[in-house]
Amino acid sequence: MKERKNQKADNGYKKYTKAAIRKDFKRNYIIYLMALPTVIYFILFAYLPMSGLIMAFQDYKPKIGILKSPLVGTKHFVAFFHDPFFFRLVRNTFMISVWELLIAFPLTIIFALLLNEIRSKVFKRTIQTISYMPYFISMVVVAGMIIDFCKSKGVLTQLVGLFTNNTQNILSIPSYWRPLYIGSGIWQGIGFGSIIYVAALAGIDQQLYEAAVIDGANRWKQTWYVTLPGISTTIVIMLILKIGSMMSVGYEKTILLYNSQIYDTADIISSYVYRKGLLDFNYGYSSAVSFFNSVINFVLLLMANKCSKKFTDTSLF
Amino acid sequence: MRRHVSVSRRIFEIINTLLFIGVILACILPVWHVVCASFSDAGWVIGQSGLIWRIKGFTLKGYMLVFQNKDLITGYLNTFFYVITATALGMLLTVMAAYALSRKNVLWANAIMFIITFTMMFNGGMIAYYIVITKGLHMFDTRLALILPVCFSAYNMIIVRTAMVGLPESLVESAKLDGAGDFTILFKIVLPLMKATIATVILYYVVAHWNSWFQASIFLRDRAKYPLQLVLKEILVTGDVSTTMTGSSNVNTSNFSGDLILYKQTVKYCIIVVSTLPIFIFYPFVQKHFESGVMIGAIKG
Repeated sequence: MKERKNQKADNGYKKYTKAAIRKDFKRNYIIYLMALPTVIYFILFAYLPMSGLIMAFQDYKPKIGILKSPLVGTKHFVAFFHDPFFFRLVRNTFMISVWELLIAFPLTIIFALLLNEIRSKVFKRTIQTISYMPYFISMVVVAGMIIDFCKSKGVLTQLVGLFTNNTQNILSIPSYWRPLYIGSGIWQGIGFGSIIYVAALAGIDQQLYEAAVIDGANRWKQTWYVTLPGISTTIVIMLILKIGSMMSVGYEKTILLYNSQIYDTADIISSYVYRKGLLDFNYGYSSAVSFFNSVINFVLLLMANKCSKKFTDTSLF
Repeated sequence: MRRHVSVSRRIFEIINTLLFIGVILACILPVWHVVCASFSDAGWVIGQSGLIWRIKGFTLKGYMLVFQNKDLITGYLNTFFYVITATALGMLLTVMAAYALSRKNVLWANAIMFIITFTMMFNGGMIAYYIVITKGLHMFDTRLALILPVCFSAYNMIIVRTAMVGLPESLVESAKLDGAGDFTILFKIVLPLMKATIATVILYYVVAHWNSWFQASIFLRDRAKYPLQLVLKEILVTGDVSTTMTGSSNVNTSNFSGDLILYKQTVKYCIIVVSTLPIFIFYPFVQKHFESGVMIGAIKG
């Protein structure tokens, strides 16, 4: 996205005058024709749903439709803030994200750094092929495997049983949900998530290492002064993206795996929206919850981007 | 570059190697467990607790039961249809948009780019999306709902666009001088030069469509249109193998009902293998291009 900024600077002389617009269209109409289907796609499937957010301020009735349903102002928002589950939902969503940020995020970077230290090309390739593999297993199948492994005689339950005296189905115990969620996420995503860092590592100029060695830097110092600065842009960008999606924990795994026994830790904003809206048909209310969630996310993203711009000179836009 | 290898470095390398052997095992063992169990004798599998690391009493009975399930077969065929159409349509839109946005001196390029990237940061949420697609666009319970709204990915478009920006500008310029139009340049000159990126992006689309189930679960009611993953979800997660197996398949229940109860667990394992295999066969061919593809997409995007 930095590039986009540069482009803008290059074209700074451009004025959106009538003559310029006409001349540009005459020259580039085929280009616009090529982009047109995509623009229509986004209008239909992204911006039209955004306009559907007006439902959050309505008592939406499917029979009457969006245009005629009565407006109720902020009723649904007020109801959500007074919802007995409000605190629980925000807490659970936030906790999963924080755990991911503190554990999965650094682990992925460490994975890439350690992989970079493997000298055998064949071994490195093997690790990559195998560790990317879980990423391509569908969420439904992963959920099916988790359910199987968490049964009282399952692999995971047995493993946990080595350290605790638990023999119950893990999916019925609230305190196991977060480790299970984060752990399975790491299992599925660490290899594939590391690709971006591996690629960034490959882009570091080898001469920097040679220079560091001449200066007497040992391995640790090379990592600290050459490797990490070399991938810091990537880390910061990924961090911004991560923070920008803090409140949008993926609902797919949650919906597939949770049950009323573990709502206490498992129920998150998006799964609540799904339940209230698509299972209970409470459209107005769930739209409001969803809107609240989107706005928080957007604000978090802007804030993270701004902070990063200020402190590290790296930013998404 | 020759370098003196110290003792501590040696120790580090040994530990590191062991660590990654552990990682490999952690990635493989759960899958290995499933594969072994799927070929093993059902009675033995049920009695096992913990990891299954070998095949005992080799049998294909579970797989035979799986292939007698009509829902799974239609699911398979439906998924093939959705994956192929959505990927083809999505790729067409993706390369055209990427080409348009990679051209210089296009007045509205930044505006179009903004229209696309803004949706990566803000969206209307699940409910508004559902209402617009069902009530607004009348796609409820249609196959279109699994193709049109999901065929494009802004992320993939950015990957392709960045690769195109990286191509030498003179290439397009000289083709233009020769009188080639933009469509000809795109399909005859630009795309053949970036096969690696295209392969990677196709893989991303294929995997995303192959694995998608949520879209189908909210928009489809007609079982004949169910994609594979939704059938899988019923069997693996909602969990009623026996009813799904006998309910809508032509299995001769009098012969199989006993087996079905016994093989309930094994059948689940077989289904996992059968449904995941195509992707695993497909992905290693494209894997070597991942790094370049992901790199340019995410860093410069």
